[in-house]
Amino acid sequence: MSATPWAWLVLLFPLLGSIVIGLGFRVLPRRVAGILGTVSIALAFACGVGALLSLLGDEPEARHHASSLWDYASAGGLDIKLGIFVDPLSIFMVLVVTGVSTLIHLYSYGYMQSDEGYHRFFSYLNFFVFSMLLLVLAGNFVLLTVGWAFVGFASYALISFWYRRETATRAGMKAFVINVVGDIGLVLAAFLIFRELGSFDFGPVFEKAPEVFTTNEWTVTAICLLLLVGAFAKSAQLPLHTWLPDAMEGPTPVSSLIHAATMVTAGVYLIARTHVLFELAPTAADVAAFVGLATLLVAATTALVMTDLKRAIAYSTMSQIGYMVMGVSIGAYSAGMFHLMTHAFFKALLFMAAGSIIAAMANDQNIDRMSGFGRAMRFTSIAFLCGALALAAFPGTSGFFSKDEILAFAEARGGMYLIFTVLGYFGALLTAVYSFRLVFRVLSGTPCKEARELIETGHVAHGEARNPATGEIEDTDVGFPGPEHHIAEQTWSMRAAMAVLAVLALVGGLVQIPGVDDVVGRFLEPVFEASPLAHIHPSIAEDYVGLGIGGAIALLGIGIAYFLYVAQPQRPRQLEQRLRPLHTLFANKWYFDEAIELLVVRPALAVGRFANRVFERLVVDGLVSGAEGTVRGAGGVVRAVQSGFVRSYALLLLVGFAGLALYFLLSSS
Amino acid sequence: MNVEWYIVLSALLFCTGAVGILIRRSPMVILLCLELMLNAGNLALVAFSRMVGNQEGQVFAIVVMVVAACEVVVGLGLIVAIFRRRLPLNVDDLRELRG
Amino acid sequence: MEAVLFFLAALGALGGAMGVIAMRNPFYSVLALIVHLFSLAVLFLLLTAAFVAAAQVVVYAGAVMVLYVFVVAYVGGGGESAWEPIPGQRFLAPLLGIALFVELSVAVLSSALLALGTHGPDVEAGFGDPAAIGTLLLEKFLLPFEASSILLLLAAVGAIVLAGRKREETA
Repeated sequence: MSATPWAWLVLLFPLLGSIVIGLGFRVLPRRVAGILGTVSIALAFACGVGALLSLLGDEPEARHHASSLWDYASAGGLDIKLGIFVDPLSIFMVLVVTGVSTLIHLYSYGYMQSDEGYHRFFSYLNFFVFSMLLLVLAGNFVLLTVGWAFVGFASYALISFWYRRETATRAGMKAFVINVVGDIGLVLAAFLIFRELGSFDFGPVFEKAPEVFTTNEWTVTAICLLLLVGAFAKSAQLPLHTWLPDAMEGPTPVSSLIHAATMVTAGVYLIARTHVLFELAPTAADVAAFVGLATLLVAATTALVMTDLKRAIAYSTMSQIGYMVMGVSIGAYSAGMFHLMTHAFFKALLFMAAGSIIAAMANDQNIDRMSGFGRAMRFTSIAFLCGALALAAFPGTSGFFSKDEILAFAEARGGMYLIFTVLGYFGALLTAVYSFRLVFRVLSGTPCKEARELIETGHVAHGEARNPATGEIEDTDVGFPGPEHHIAEQTWSMRAAMAVLAVLALVGGLVQIPGVDDVVGRFLEPVFEASPLAHIHPSIAEDYVGLGIGGAIALLGIGIAYFLYVAQPQRPRQLEQRLRPLHTLFANKWYFDEAIELLVVRPALAVGRFANRVFERLVVDGLVSGAEGTVRGAGGVVRAVQSGFVRSYALLLLVGFAGLALYFLLSSS
Repeated sequence: MNVEWYIVLSALLFCTGAVGILIRRSPMVILLCLELMLNAGNLALVAFSRMVGNQEGQVFAIVVMVVAACEVVVGLGLIVAIFRRRLPLNVDDLRELRG
Repeated sequence: MEAVLFFLAALGALGGAMGVIAMRNPFYSVLALIVHLFSLAVLFLLLTAAFVAAAQVVVYAGAVMVLYVFVVAYVGGGGESAWEPIPGQRFLAPLLGIALFVELSVAVLSSALLALGTHGPDVEAGFGDPAAIGTLLLEKFLLPFEASSILLLLAAVGAIVLAGRKREETA
């Protein structure tokens, strides 16, 4: 079977899963719903593998197939088909998405067991996977936008999954609104593309673009900048990143799937997919690279001082995606995608482990109160450690190879791009520091109260059900987290998923060892064949120098973290006092939320208030009431004629008759 | 006599009846004035019938008489009904149909 | 001769009409109308409408007016108060009546219908006879004839319904 039928099947299974679970939520028992959800994604993964195998059977040049189910709109010069595009890049994304999703579904099977909204969860999660697959498999900009919007919706639905929590619903709305801003950028870019190139389909667009546009022409730059708006909103880059930390209100599997491995990588995929356009608009590509770099640094500094475990990991995600965005913008396409893959592994793992720890803490997410879980939860700690090692790019782990590949490419490109290398390494240092800050704070030290309870009694601590952010009391019925908390040690499905990811996080980088093998690079080569940038390869020596520097930095970072959080625990407090302004800046997330509030939210509210008070009240109401008043007045006048006196009616009749007669007399004379 | 005279007379009677309707308040008298107007019309019809030379106008006048009779019958029935209910027999007081 | 009769009848008709609208007592108004109807019958005779004149006397002055007399006797004839609730009615009504009369007269007298100035064509002997009218009624105007009979039936039923005594409620 050729690749495209496999690809359609990939789309079909998650959709079916979502519909069946969604419609059958009353009849399906919990376990069945969970199994159904997981199996549908596993089937999608299998079909993804099938598509991969059939694609590998093609010649490298011919590894791109478009296929469409039906014409969506063909009128007035438009020709939009419901079509998919199967090539190495989309299959790569499909495999990453379905693979990690299967594991996360498996994890959720156990983690969400006691939640009242179990079926809803799996239905939404399956729908999310379907939308993400639609996004990556889309063959034209319209379907891409459809997938993009669906993903945004799924994210909203899953962030505000515990819908009775006000903080959750607000976070969901925030995410959705910012994503819509991105959608607008994407749609406008699609319009411009259609206007300039006459088609929405990827094949024709990318073929014609180099012929139609000259480098840095304003149209193609505008298109790329608009695409960037979409990419930044979805991938939580500055300045559209404020939704990601708040999105941690969703359940942990949601954070792990959407906000680590899949949705936030959609922006990276978009830039990689439209690399032809970006190469025609180097200015826009540079903008993207600098924004990626800025996000990288801002997020890393913020993660250093975050005290909420999930939010710290969220900022870490933002930072790593900054790497990816930077990578694909400067031309390191396969390096960026490789980092996407490894990041999916270790970030999903970190979130899963964090979920386990938070469950042990009775849903408390503050790391100031956590310590000593290394002893209380062996398995979870080891998994967490694996993830942190990969994140910090410890030599040999997957993160090590992927991160350094991007930085080596930047160096090989030379010139201005050396800034990226230097600051990228600085960011790597910060990454190592903050990731091991978390490790040492949470896992080492004397066990905290909850950890002790776990060690002594083997039972998970049970607090009052509270909102971790605001402390409000909640119940555990539908719309709130369930009463039980599940940790990996006690739930086999969580253990299985985390184990697979831990292994992948550690060894996943071995497919791309410089000079030894180049699996990802060679697989993705046909996609980026025509790009001049993709042919820049750092020499083996440069690669190994880069790896060496990277490894050294990672170890240095881990060392600094050890020094600050284990050897001399009073140091952080002292540093905080000494660098108080800096600390405040980081702790307040560089004041982006406040800036957006001031620049966007308040003016919008003011406009709304003006519209309500002045425009609505005076103009609209005035017109309407004025019309009403006029009619009523006129009616009143006319009503006075209906006096009820027959004789006055008769008089009017006579008057009319006399008048008419007069008229006819005069007109005939 | 020329036909004109009859027509002018008919017009005069018609206007008299009209003024009577406007001025009088008793329903009885108003009906009577209505009769005046109808008869004025009859006179005009018959005069024109004579002018034209065929009798169709006269047949018309007979039908008008029939109609007038019916109308009087119903009108008087109404007056009796009003009187029976002890309502004032005064068109100015019977004015519930108003805006 | 004809002119004299015309003027006498015209005076009678006008007098009757004035009487109808001017008399306080409704009974007197009815009597004035009877006088008016008789004068009109004379006028009809002058216009060689013998049957119509007869019908006028028998039906109108005979039956309809008798009906009126009965009702006036039953209802009684009160006068009307002098006060006029509708402002301007007393003033405007005669004014408009005169205006209308003037207009109609002008229309008639300055009409292009030259035949108005004549006495009409010479007619055969049976003009206006019951036979002639009857023939017309049963031949050319059969439908209006039948319709009028239905109308009469309706009016009779209507009158009975309107004026009949209300039946007492049976327990």
